[in-house]
Amino acid sequence: MGAYVVRRLFFSLFVLWGAVTIIFVVLRLVPGDPAYIMLGPDADQAQVAALRAQLGLDQSLIQQYATYLANVVHLDFGESFRLNADSMSLVLQRVPATIQLATTALLLSLLIGLPLGVIAALRAHSWVDRAISVFSLMGQSTPSFWLGIVLILVFARGLKVLPSAGSGSWAHLVLPTITLALPFLAILVRLTRSGLLEVVHEGYVHTARAKGLGEGIVVLVHAMRNALIPIVTVVGLQFGALLGGTVIVETVFAWPGVGRLLIDSIGRRDYGVVQASILLVATIFVLINLLVDLLYGFLDPRVRLAGD
Amino acid sequence: MALLSVRDLRVEFATSGGVVTAVDGASFDVGAGETVALLGESGSGKSVTAQAVMGIVPKPAGRIPSGSISYDSKDLLAPGVAKGLRGREIAMVFQDPLSSLNPVFRVGAQIGEMFRRHRGASRREARAAALDLMKRVGIPAASKRLDDYPHQFSGGMRQRVMIAMALALSPRLLIADEPTTALDVTVQAQIMDLLTRLQAEEGMSLVLITHDLGVVAGVADRVILMYAGRVVETGPLREVYEHSGHPYTSGLMASIPALEGPRDRLVPIQGSPPDLLDLPSGCSFRPRCQYADEQCAEVEPVLRQLPDRASTHQAACHHPEGVLTDVH
Repeated sequence: MGAYVVRRLFFSLFVLWGAVTIIFVVLRLVPGDPAYIMLGPDADQAQVAALRAQLGLDQSLIQQYATYLANVVHLDFGESFRLNADSMSLVLQRVPATIQLATTALLLSLLIGLPLGVIAALRAHSWVDRAISVFSLMGQSTPSFWLGIVLILVFARGLKVLPSAGSGSWAHLVLPTITLALPFLAILVRLTRSGLLEVVHEGYVHTARAKGLGEGIVVLVHAMRNALIPIVTVVGLQFGALLGGTVIVETVFAWPGVGRLLIDSIGRRDYGVVQASILLVATIFVLINLLVDLLYGFLDPRVRLAGD
Repeated sequence: MALLSVRDLRVEFATSGGVVTAVDGASFDVGAGETVALLGESGSGKSVTAQAVMGIVPKPAGRIPSGSISYDSKDLLAPGVAKGLRGREIAMVFQDPLSSLNPVFRVGAQIGEMFRRHRGASRREARAAALDLMKRVGIPAASKRLDDYPHQFSGGMRQRVMIAMALALSPRLLIADEPTTALDVTVQAQIMDLLTRLQAEEGMSLVLITHDLGVVAGVADRVILMYAGRVVETGPLREVYEHSGHPYTSGLMASIPALEGPRDRLVPIQGSPPDLLDLPSGCSFRPRCQYADEQCAEVEPVLRQLPDRASTHQAACHHPEGVLTDVH
């Protein structure tokens, strides 16, 4: 088990290397020179050249990449061009807000998605099941930016019961959480339904009934514990999409998280901050995947043994 | 007074092709302490009959439109009655012990669950009771194996775990649905020995469901033969084996290879089992039967005593005389 974790962590480094390299290349392929953007349209050639030299942008791409990689290893992403502060510190300041939003969205999805999925499976092909299916299909196909704006229009502008943007209180968390959670929740409903339907006809579920156990224990303990195995895998993978979703949701609701910082920084070609954010998000993603793998072994003893 | 009494039981399943009558008017009794073999090929309705007795006919596809099942004078088809007896009074062992055991729970916990959920035993008490049971069903090094998972056991050991689980609360009726079919031949014999030993110790009734006449030959007191959802012959084991009164039974006997004597070609039963969605009129065995005549096509035969045989030996055939004289 220990050796397995070490091996996985080692491979994770390659994934992270890939992520930082891709973002390096993409940023430099995007048109727009940071020096021009920072100095504004009135700057003359000499000023731009001086700033480019100061930022190291006059060097060849290979040289820039080498310097960049060396700095990444020390988690040094340089000063933010825009905010004149250390890029990594800027990103880290924003992490708690994003984690808060992602966690509440995850909790909301689990609290609503799992029970709805169970109900849909137990009442499969009934009108209840169909209603839940329609709801989850809509949830999955509603774009976050649209839903966010509609929620603002209804609850902030129309009913005036919740704040439209910003942070600071639990009330501020409600609309962004719902917006971020809905697509995730919808996937969870469908996964739970199909996962449970797949196992309810298994022999061990018949056995549990034959043992005289209550229907609640049969479904929620004997069937659900097996259905959870694929659910956990997909939930882990989808959590990455949830993190990605924060970029849009944070922008719509002016939520002071990493996602909004990232968008602002991309607009200003603030390379250091963009790279630091991406590395951080990629690291979280990789760690969650590792966690899911470990959890998988915990949920399914057959996997645990094969790995030993 | 029989412990279990099934009368005119009908079980139907809604399928995409229409309503299938899996059990069509089956009646039989199982006495206290008796071993009864429920014989028949796949689709004959024997497993569904067991499910009906246990009250675990898959819903909503399956339903029981008519008939009665009484156990110890209680109506098992009344709402909630079967649920209260399952596991405590009536227990079941299934065919494939690998898929019938929950892969994600330790076997000790799966056996112990019986005591925890039904008797409110503590974790420690349940564990001790599970250990006793595992020893009783002959699992070597039981104390070490309590915390193993089903996939770490061999097929025979898994079936022992299933049996331990079924016996936990000392049921008075054990239904074993093809308990040895998924096992190697040598292991089959061990499991049958175990079942009969435990049955003698517990004094419980045993219903053995199987398609294998050999498995029950040395074990059962009585046999019940099912064909296309109906009971076609019933009687004491020796009687039925030696004086088959139904052409289906005699056909089954003729298709068993003999260990001794000349090696003749096996005599198979002609044709194949009927489509339950499209049963022949009258006797459902008619298309495969050499004795079939017009009466067989028009009138569905009912169980009746065979000529010159004991009253306990009955067959559902219009022409038992021919069957009896031809074979023996």
